Amino acid sequence: MSFFGKLRDRLLRSSSRLDEGIGAIVDEAAPDPGAAQSRRLVDDAMLEELEDLLIASDMGVETAARVTANIAEGCLGRRLSGREVKEALATEIARIMAGVARPLPLYPQKPQVVLVVGVNGSGKTTTIGKLASQFRAAGKTVVIAACDTFRAAAVEQLQVWGTRAGVPVLTAAEGTDPASLAYDALARAQREGADLLMIDTAGRLQNRADLMEELAKIVRVLRKIDPTAPHNTLLVLDATTGQNALAQVEIFRKVADVSGLVMTKLDGTARGGVLVALADRFGLPIHAIGVGEQIDDLAPFDPDDFARALVGLEN
Amino acid sequence: MFESLSQRLGGVFDRLTKQGALTEADVQTALREVRTALLEADVSLPVARDFIKAVGRKAAGQAVTRSVTPGQQVVKIVHDELIRVLGGDDDAGALKIDNPPAPILMVGLQGSGKTTTTAKLARRLKEREGKRVLMASLDTSRPAAMEQLAILGQQIGVDTLPIMKGEDPVAIARRARTQAAMGGYDVYLLDTAGRLHIDQDLIAQAAAVRDAVNPRETLLVVDGLTGQDAVNVATEFDDKIGVTGVVLTRMDGDGRGGAALSMRAITGKPIRFVGLGEKTDALEGFDPARIAGRILGMGDIVALVEKAQEVFEAEQAERMMRRFQKGLFNMNDLKMQLEQMMKMGGVEGLMGMLPGVGKMKTQMAEAGLDDSMLRRQVALINSMTRQERANPALLQASRKRRIAAGAGLEVQELNRLLKQHRQMADVMKKMGRQTKGGAMRAAVQQMMGKGGMPDPAQMDPAALQAAANALKSGGGLPGLGGAALPQGLSGLLRKK
Ligand SMILES: Nc1nc2c(ncn2[C@@H]2O[C@H](COP(=O)(O)OP(=O)(O)OP(=O)(O)O)[C@@H](O)[C@H]2O)c(=O)[nH]1
Ligand SMILES: Nc1nc2c(ncn2[C@@H]2O[C@H](COP(=O)(O)OP(=O)(O)O)[C@@H](O)[C@H]2O)c(=O)[nH]1
Ligand SMILES: [Mg+2]
Ligand SMILES: [Mg+2]
Repeated sequence: MSFFGKLRDRLLRSSSRLDEGIGAIVDEAAPDPGAAQSRRLVDDAMLEELEDLLIASDMGVETAARVTANIAEGCLGRRLSGREVKEALATEIARIMAGVARPLPLYPQKPQVVLVVGVNGSGKTTTIGKLASQFRAAGKTVVIAACDTFRAAAVEQLQVWGTRAGVPVLTAAEGTDPASLAYDALARAQREGADLLMIDTAGRLQNRADLMEELAKIVRVLRKIDPTAPHNTLLVLDATTGQNALAQVEIFRKVADVSGLVMTKLDGTARGGVLVALADRFGLPIHAIGVGEQIDDLAPFDPDDFARALVGLEN
Repeated sequence: MFESLSQRLGGVFDRLTKQGALTEADVQTALREVRTALLEADVSLPVARDFIKAVGRKAAGQAVTRSVTPGQQVVKIVHDELIRVLGGDDDAGALKIDNPPAPILMVGLQGSGKTTTTAKLARRLKEREGKRVLMASLDTSRPAAMEQLAILGQQIGVDTLPIMKGEDPVAIARRARTQAAMGGYDVYLLDTAGRLHIDQDLIAQAAAVRDAVNPRETLLVVDGLTGQDAVNVATEFDDKIGVTGVVLTRMDGDGRGGAALSMRAITGKPIRFVGLGEKTDALEGFDPARIAGRILGMGDIVALVEKAQEVFEAEQAERMMRRFQKGLFNMNDLKMQLEQMMKMGGVEGLMGMLPGVGKMKTQMAEAGLDDSMLRRQVALINSMTRQERANPALLQASRKRRIAAGAGLEVQELNRLLKQHRQMADVMKKMGRQTKGGAMRAAVQQMMGKGGMPDPAQMDPAALQAAANALKSGGGLPGLGGAALPQGLSGLLRKK
């Protein structure tokens, strides 16, 4: 199996709730006698049930309604099989997501500064390890700054990832001002002519104004050395998160100029439906998805794969 | 970003001004909104569906309390049911950590907060219950996970099992048990690696740990920001490992916390604790009322309904004030005053608050001045027709007989009420002409019970004396907050 095949497989390890749900909706209607497949008339009642299923994938009430309305446009009054319903949904979702599927852009700027932010436990550190490994494999020189100076053993955790990826990790004592470490790290990466500087930050909830200010300060300090830094600010989101992801994007974007998203833990049963709502509302690029705890469990975001996984269509 | 349930329902019920019992249609309309609110708060769909059904059964046909709109009534029913489900019918009691050393197993998804919660719990047991606690990390997968727990242990002064690389989780758990027994620990906490509920190997590993130590408690640690996946996580962990309680972390965030309801509804197990921050002291017991308010998107529903009542009463007071300023005072106004007096504790209650009034009690009782009189008067007004209440001048002999009979009282008593009303109406007319809006407003506010009763201890002795004198001379109760107690009540206290 190809590399991406394996990752796609991870994405589909469990059956999707939408998959089962759509099956149930279609089977609810008595199958036509003699028909090989059950079919269901697309009417108001059916659309309402469909909308519920989308909500159950974390798409949110508003976006679910919009997606359902778009499905209704082409399908109302037709009798569809479960597969046809899924295809229609997948097409619609992939259409919404197509615009935001963009790989992490690389710039000629040296060092390109990649700041990684997000709430606690979302997968920032792991994602940095995975990304660093991919950049290394692409022949880039990478430096990592361990700016989570708050959480116990956060530095040790990142050092392990540094070793795995073959990338140096710059550290400071616990409790050090993360902005000052970020400053030193950028100065050093510049001196050493590194291609990329990746900055890990402590997890913070977006409603904590003090911690958000700490983040804003990191950005300000970086800009003292390089006014164009950070060149990418990645917000790492956990796929199991519900509608709070919208608030996370809104506030982190305001405070730290988020330039793109990474969604982790898509190897579980959560299918990240909230990404559809996010694409709908903010249109921020989605760069990659995390599908496991190992170093190569990071895949580019592919709108078709994502949409098919969400609705439970195997390839 | 999200509308609170009351806002939603407010919109729906704006059209419905009638009050009385909640009709089937009212309930259905409201429940659609409730459902949306729950889903926006991340309550899992199947849980939200069941919940709505239960609320629907409870709400149908319920009488709408006066002074609350149907919308608020539904919110209240939803809120109460939320608290019931979240809290459960039986008291969860304390953690089962008798019989030392008692093992507690911590499980959950990656990054849910297990390690932090382990330390928080250890600290709590040590500081609040004086337990000797040992912590052990069974996390052999996440880099530096064991170091993380060891550092936290140092910070809070709780022992951790020495780290031995290369041991598997079951072996570590056994070593922890031995060490806990030999070291005389009361409790040992086993922190585990995060695992996906669908990762069969890792779930089997957790089950093996469970079988090795027979935990007294197995706590499922769940991110409070979890969305619809909560239903899968709860089902699988409970089925495959068996949990005895839930801890919700990151409740210091601004998530709506619908996962609490999903967890509780699906596992049926109590939510033991709530994580409110990254520090080791940020752990609190679970308060269903707080979470219920949060899920509904309102700080505190009870406060809301109370506020609604206040607004209602303020409107009533305002209306009454305008009437009084025009010198209007009919039976409805009198009735409201009588009811307000009863609410404030009745004649006895009012008197009891005034020092030095005690000895007048007998006099008052002789004069027939007691709470039963208030009730009789209200009964008389209740048996009047609407026109009669609005215009007592209509009352001729035949009407009087009918009214008295309706209240089961003598016409004589009705006559007394009418006389009292006339006197009060006269006072109102005078006051209406004399007083400026402010004073009148204060009087009406007081009458509506705003600010409660003045505290006698805070009252000026001279005012108290004046009050007592006024009572003796049958002139009313001006001492109750100066002009506060409506002058109108004076008639009520006049001797026969
Ligand atoms: N299954 C799965 N687990 C992941 C993935 N990404 C990260 N994790 C796990 O999630 C947990 C938290 O990841 P971290 O990388 O430490 O997250 P973080 O955002 O740096 O956390 P804090 O620094 O504590 O805020 C770890 O146990 C990771 O192994 C993923 O894509 N899939
Ligand atoms: N804000 C907040 N952060 C928490 C809470 N509980 C844990 N965390 C953070 O969540 C992240 C993951 O926690 P950890 O205990 O390592 O999770 P584990 O992977 O399940 O052991 C860390 O950054 C913790 O500091 C909480 O209640 N509130
Ligand atoms: Mg980290
Ligand atoms: Mg841990």
